[in-house]
Parts: sequence; C-alpha cells; structure tokens
Amino acid sequence: MTEVQTAPVSRRNLELLLLLLALAVGASAFYLVGVTTEATDVMVIVKQIGVLGVLGLIIHVLLRIFAKYADPVILPIAVALNALGLAMIYRIDMAKSTDQASRQLLWTVIAVLVAAVALWIIRDHRTLRRFTYISLAASLILLVLPMIPGLGVTINGARIWIHVGSYSMQPGELAKITLAVFFAAYLSSNRDLILMAGRKVGPLQLPRMRDMAPMVLAWLMSIGVLVVQRDLGSSILFFGMFIVMVYVATARISWVLIGFLLVVVGGVFAGSTMGHVTRRLNTWLNAFDPEVYQASGGSMQIVEGLFGMADGGLFGTGLGAGSPYRVPLANSDMIIASFGEEIGLIGVVAIVLLFMLLISRGLRTALGSRDAFGKLLATGLSVTLALQCVVIIGGVTRLIPLTGLATPFMAAGGSSLLANWIIVVILLLISHNARRPMDETATPTDVVATPSATHKAVKSS
Amino acid sequence: MNHAIRRVWIALTALFLICIGGLTYIQFFASQTLADNPMNKRQLYREFDLPRGAILVDGKSIAESVATDEGQFTYQRKYNNPEVYAHLTGFYSLANGSTHLESQLNGWLTGSSSDLLFDRLAAMFTGQESEGASVELTIDGRLQQTAYDLIPNDGTKATIIVTDVKTGAIKTMVTKPSYDPNQLAVHSTKKAADNLKKINATDGLSVYRNPAINDLVSPGSSFKILDTVAGIESGKYNKDTKLENPSKIKLPGTNTQLGNFDAGICSSRPNATLEFIFTQSCNTPFVNMSQDLGEGAFVDVTERFGFGQQLNIPLRVTPSEFPRDMEPSQLAMAVIGQFDTKATPLQMNMVAMGIANKGVIMQPNLIKKVIAPDLRIVDEPKPKAFSTATTPEVAAQVAELMKGPVESGTAMNTRVPGVDLRVKTGTAQIGNTGLVNSWITGFAPGDDPQYAITVNVERVPYDKGHNLAGALMKEMTKAVFAQ
Repeated sequence: MTEVQTAPVSRRNLELLLLLLALAVGASAFYLVGVTTEATDVMVIVKQIGVLGVLGLIIHVLLRIFAKYADPVILPIAVALNALGLAMIYRIDMAKSTDQASRQLLWTVIAVLVAAVALWIIRDHRTLRRFTYISLAASLILLVLPMIPGLGVTINGARIWIHVGSYSMQPGELAKITLAVFFAAYLSSNRDLILMAGRKVGPLQLPRMRDMAPMVLAWLMSIGVLVVQRDLGSSILFFGMFIVMVYVATARISWVLIGFLLVVVGGVFAGSTMGHVTRRLNTWLNAFDPEVYQASGGSMQIVEGLFGMADGGLFGTGLGAGSPYRVPLANSDMIIASFGEEIGLIGVVAIVLLFMLLISRGLRTALGSRDAFGKLLATGLSVTLALQCVVIIGGVTRLIPLTGLATPFMAAGGSSLLANWIIVVILLLISHNARRPMDETATPTDVVATPSATHKAVKSS
Repeated sequence: MNHAIRRVWIALTALFLICIGGLTYIQFFASQTLADNPMNKRQLYREFDLPRGAILVDGKSIAESVATDEGQFTYQRKYNNPEVYAHLTGFYSLANGSTHLESQLNGWLTGSSSDLLFDRLAAMFTGQESEGASVELTIDGRLQQTAYDLIPNDGTKATIIVTDVKTGAIKTMVTKPSYDPNQLAVHSTKKAADNLKKINATDGLSVYRNPAINDLVSPGSSFKILDTVAGIESGKYNKDTKLENPSKIKLPGTNTQLGNFDAGICSSRPNATLEFIFTQSCNTPFVNMSQDLGEGAFVDVTERFGFGQQLNIPLRVTPSEFPRDMEPSQLAMAVIGQFDTKATPLQMNMVAMGIANKGVIMQPNLIKKVIAPDLRIVDEPKPKAFSTATTPEVAAQVAELMKGPVESGTAMNTRVPGVDLRVKTGTAQIGNTGLVNSWITGFAPGDDPQYAITVNVERVPYDKGHNLAGALMKEMTKAVFAQ
C-alpha cells in the first residue's frame, strides 16, 4: 500500500450533513417543479422527499453500526441523484398526467431496503468471494431469463425484460453486479497464473488460453447479449467492465488492445450484418435527414432531445418551464436531455460532475482497498456506473449511437435503481474495509474471508 | 494494481470530459443552429401553450385563444364568424403554419414584438404567463357581414372592398367563396391536412391568397380612370374635348380590329366629348389617346396610383402591373385594362381613393390599435399618405366625369337615391373563354367623398357580371350610407 495511513476517522457526521444537503437539493428541485407547473398537491413533494430522507437515514444508521469508516460522500451523491431523478420524473408526470413518480418512489424504497438488507447481510465484501462460480451461474441465469418464452418480453426491440405480475424487470441490470463479483473473484485468484504463464509475442505478453477460459465465456456472454437480445448498451457495458477488470488485474495494456480490437471487429461485423445495428447506425449518422426523422423508431427521439437541450442553452428554461415531455422516454432513456433543457448546460454539467465524483470515490475505494478482490470489485462496479453514464450521455449528445441504457439513479426504471443501490452499498462496504483502522483486521469479520484472502492482500501490497 | 486503477480513473475522467464537451457543444455552441433547424418546432410548441392575443372587430374577437383540455396543447385557436373573416385572419396551425394576419401580426399576438419588451419583463418578474397583445381591426363588422351576405352562394367569386378615403382605414374586405379557418387550426396534423385538401379543392379558393390583395386581374375599362388622369394632366384633354369615336379601329401596326362594345351606345356618335366616351366607356378614343400620349405618361400615372409599389396593410399586397416597353398595339390594349395590365381589387379601390381624396391616396390599413394584456394601447397607427397621385384639380375633373356612368352610362344599375355616387365600370374579357371580370370602382358622396367602394366579380358571363357587380355596388353603397 503506497498511501500513508493516517489515524482513521469515521466521517459519518460529515455524511449526515451532506445527506441533508442532498435532500435539500432534491426538495428544491421538487419545489421548483411544483411552483412552475402549478402542481397543487404539496403532499406529493413532502412524501417523495420524506420517504427518500428516511431511506437515506436507514443506510446512514446501518453504516454507523456496521461500516462506520465507509466513504462519506458516496451515499449523499446517490441520494441527491435519486432525488433529482424523482423530481424530473414527477415533472414529466405533471405534463403528461401520468404517475411514474410514485412508481419510481416505490422502486426506490424497494431498492434501498434491499440494499440495506444486503449491507446488513454482507457486512464484509470479502464474503462475496465465496460465491465466485455461483455468481457466474447467477449471471447466466439472469441474462437468459428474458429469453424464456412466456416470461420474457420484447420492449423497443430489445428482449431484456421479464414480466412478473404487473411489473416488468430487467434482470440484466443485476447481472452487472454478479458478473463484477465473478470477474473480481476469478481474477484475484488467478492473476498470478494469467500473468506468469503464456507466451510473449513481440511486446505483448499473451496469456494461456485455458487460464482465460472462464473469461472468454464471460466475453461470449456479452456478445450473446448483443446478438440474441439486441441490447447494444448492456453489451458495451459488460464488455467494457470485462476489459477494464482484466487490465487492472494484470496491468497489461495488451488486454486493452485486444479488447479494442475485438470491439472494432465485433462492431464492424454487427454494423454491416445485423439489421437492427445497421439501422441504429443510420439513425445516428443521418439523424437530421427528414426521412430518418420520421421513420418509425427513427431519429425523432434523439433529434427532439437535441432540440430540447439547445432550447435550454446555458441556463436552461427552469425546472417545469421547458417542454422536455415532447421527447419520447423523457423520464428514462432521455432524462439527461430533459435536465439539459430545464436546468441548462450549467445544471447538467453539475449532474455529470456528481457522477464523476461518485465514480472517483469508487475508484478511490479501489485504490485504498487492502485486498485484490476488493480492488477489482470496486473498480468493476465503478466502471459499470461510469460506462452507463458515458454511454447514455454520449448517446443523447449524439457522440455515439443512442442505446437504451439507464442513467444511474435518475432514469425511471426499477431494475436499474435496485442494481445501482446494491452497487452503492458494496462500494460503501469496501471503502469501510479500506479505511478502517489496521488493528481491526483481526476482528472476527475476517474469519469469513477465504483463507487465501489475507495472503493475497499482502501480495498485492 | 493501483497504477492501473489510476489509469482507469484517467480514462474514465477523459470520457466524462468528452461527454461534457458534447453537452457544451449542443447547449452552447450549436444551440442557435439547432434552434434554427426547420425541423425544430419548439418555438411553435411554446406559442401553442401560451394564450395568444385576439384579433378584434368592433371590440369583439374574431380570432381568440381558448383554453382546452383536449390534445397536447393548452390553447386552441378559435375563429368566430369564421367565413366572413377568413381571408383576413387566415389561420394559425401547427400543421400548415400560419397565414394572413395570424402570420403578419404574430409578433404582437404572441407578445414577442420588441414593443412589448416591457410587458415580457414584467411577466417574468411577477411569474405570470406572458400573454400576447390583441389587435383591433379597422373593419366595420356590420358592413363586413353585409358584404359577405350580399355575394351569392352559387360559387361565384366576388370581392368587395370599402375604405375610408380620408384615413385609408379598410372598412370592408370580403371575398366569397370563403372557408372556415377553424378547420385548419385543429391540432391534429392529420385532420388539418385532410381539411386543407378539401378547402383547396374548392374552385377559386386558396387559403394562402386573399383575393382582394393577392389576385391580379385585368381591370378592363375601370383602368380608364387612369387614362383620363393622364389625358387631363397632359393639358390636351378636358371633359369637353371632342374626340373621334369610330366604332372600330385598327390596332396600330397590325391588322387587328378593335371595336367599341356592341351593347353600348358608343356607336351612336362617331365624334364625342370625353365626358360621353367616359360615361359610355368607349374604347376607340382611348386607343387614340394612348398613341397620342405614349407609354411614358401611363407608366408615370400608374406608378403614382400604386402600380408596381410595395404595400403592406400590414398584409403584403401583391403589386399591380402595368407593362413596359410595349409595341403601340400592345399599349393600345394595355390602356383599356387588357393585355398585361393586371390589378388587385385593392389597387382599383386605391384609384378611387386617390380621385376621391383630392389626388392624395391614404395608406390603406387594417390595424386600428394594438392593445396590451393590461389594456394599455401600445400602437395606434396614424393615417398617413401613401402617395400624391395627381393634383386636386385633375382629381376634381375626373371625379366630375365619374358622375356620368351612374347618371346615364354603364353604371345606371348602381344608382342609389340620395347618394351622389361616382364610379367607373370595367369588363375585361378573359381570352376566348367568353367569360369576363366585372369591375365597378368608385366613391361617394361626390361633394365630400368619404368612402371608396370597389366590387370585382371574377370569371362570369358578361350579363351576369354586369348585373351582379352593379347590384353589389348598389346594395353596398346603401349599406355604407345607411349608418
């Protein structure tokens, strides 16, 4: 460990302060929406912020009990983003006479409570190492679920949803976590073998194929997602996470290069042979062509989003004063465009900075983590968060083709919310482990870790 | 591992910065370009969600925004007495844009006009919805309705204009066939398109043209008012000047014969005074006059009366045309309102206005006043001269001549007891169709002219045109002076 260890302090009071600040931001957003759209029901705002406040406090209290050295910034940022998302969903509701906000609040409750239970059960992230191959199996099952006839449904051309009762879910969102756990566990156990064995070709050190078999399987899985389920966004996400984690584990740039090569090959192949990818590319490149604009499933969504953001300009129209609801999926896929329009470039950049800060704290956790598994897991989870943001913002701004990824914590959609809140508590647990006093390493919690954990941790230092 | 993690952080930060770059490009650098994109309907959407000012006639709205719960917008444009005012108001629609006054007055009606800046700022600070101003027209509701009711519903295309010669205020401007702008203001793009197709299928009807100011029609003999002005101005002619009046004349430089109108009584006098030939609308003396005075004199007079001039009332008026660089034979036809001489009904009304108002044409105008949401009057156009068309003396002589047609000439069917009406009729043949454009333009009362009245009936058989135009003129004159 290169960091100088200062006497660890619990930063829970700071967290509480920031939490209140986050809730204040959310309440202000709701207030502005309420005033501008002349929403008469004040109770909605009180309920939304109140419930979110209670949920934030539950996690906060659990952290005080179980992980008091956890990073103090992560939770408030997640709460702030979640609150802003609720406010925007409520704002779109006002315009469309829908009630997505209540549904989203219910999902928030479920997500945070499940995350709280996860926090309470897991306590120490190293527990998760015991589930290496169970995670892989779980990932496979989660990804295959939507393909089961009768259970899975195709929405907007992608078969990534399942229907449970009246609710639809994207099990793939949870697969992000299980895959990250698998990659982290597998790579932390086998990185020596991957690093040492294998041939050197020029400047590149190539690993042995059999060491990489499970990784190749995982890679095939992500490609399978693209081909079979037609979900470009998740495919990019899985693949990116995979590449980054292998790179962090091995420190070999060769992996990144091979990864990029595969992306290019896969991309060119998909772009030229797969109908829906070709269409999507055309929609992206020729978005302003009136024919493409008018085509069903054409560029209307992205172009209207761009018009909305342009309308917002530097300062935005003000919350509730624009017309983001004219963009299809304004409260989910296009929520960044909705924010761009109503709180302007300044506001939306502030949101992007919040994401950057969250991800920086996640990677800071990875840096400080005392075990390879923790480092890899924190990195992997941070990267999934980052890639979700980058892919969707890049899509909305037409830097890359638009894909249906959820903006973390903000976009309407329960599965994403659930997955991201679980990611948050895992990051919090890892950060607690990274920042707690060294003398606590012998506490009984470590006993649950695999015997090799301590050994690995020493090695990676 | 930490080294790699730091690099990952750098890479992700770079990706985020690219995203911020993308957002900055769209919301700052490219925002104007995107706003100007023809596909961008946001400005329009915004307008449809705000109360738009009303267009008023006699204080009552003929076009107004009413709150609606249907459809995707907060307000629906509603036209009252729609057919009577359709060619003035036009329509305001999402699907087909806006036309006529709805388009021309958009700045006032939406409140985006620079004169309403203060109101916008006030609305911003008080948090109120910004509202557009209302515009009151100079139109006299009773006369407008009367004119509309006078024109038969048999598909005949006829236009009636009444103006105040002393102020230029337009009191009546009606054309039938008309349409219901409400049909085009519907929010459903599909419905609007279907309705538009139906309306445009009507013969002689286009929602994009107000015939009174956009139809260029051969003025026929009504153009002889201008010939007479040119003649008197030259000093060679007055009402008593004796002129040759052959019943047929060879057009200069050709073998084509041009005759006086068969049904008239021109042929009874081979020599006649200008007064007689004006009263009976004989053609041959004007052909001679055209060769005598030359093209220049007519170009000069027509320009002073408004031909070829830009005019906004504030609707854009299509400039009327008098041809240039003509052969003598063409000039001969042009001065009797044929060949390429084309005038809008409003232009021929302005000719009457000029004669009536001692040679000065007042700027024709539809706007009485603009009223801000707080009822403050933000604009009230003052009457102003459009042009000095001729001298008071020449105007007085021509005004005197225009008595003839009503008393003993081509317009006897317009006579209204007790009203000293002065007019000139016109009949322009349309090629070899056997159809004519019938005109009457004039003013009253003769001693102190107040109103100029113009009637135009397009593409009808001669008899019908003559009778209908006369009847419309007569009834309209009655209505105007019954108030």
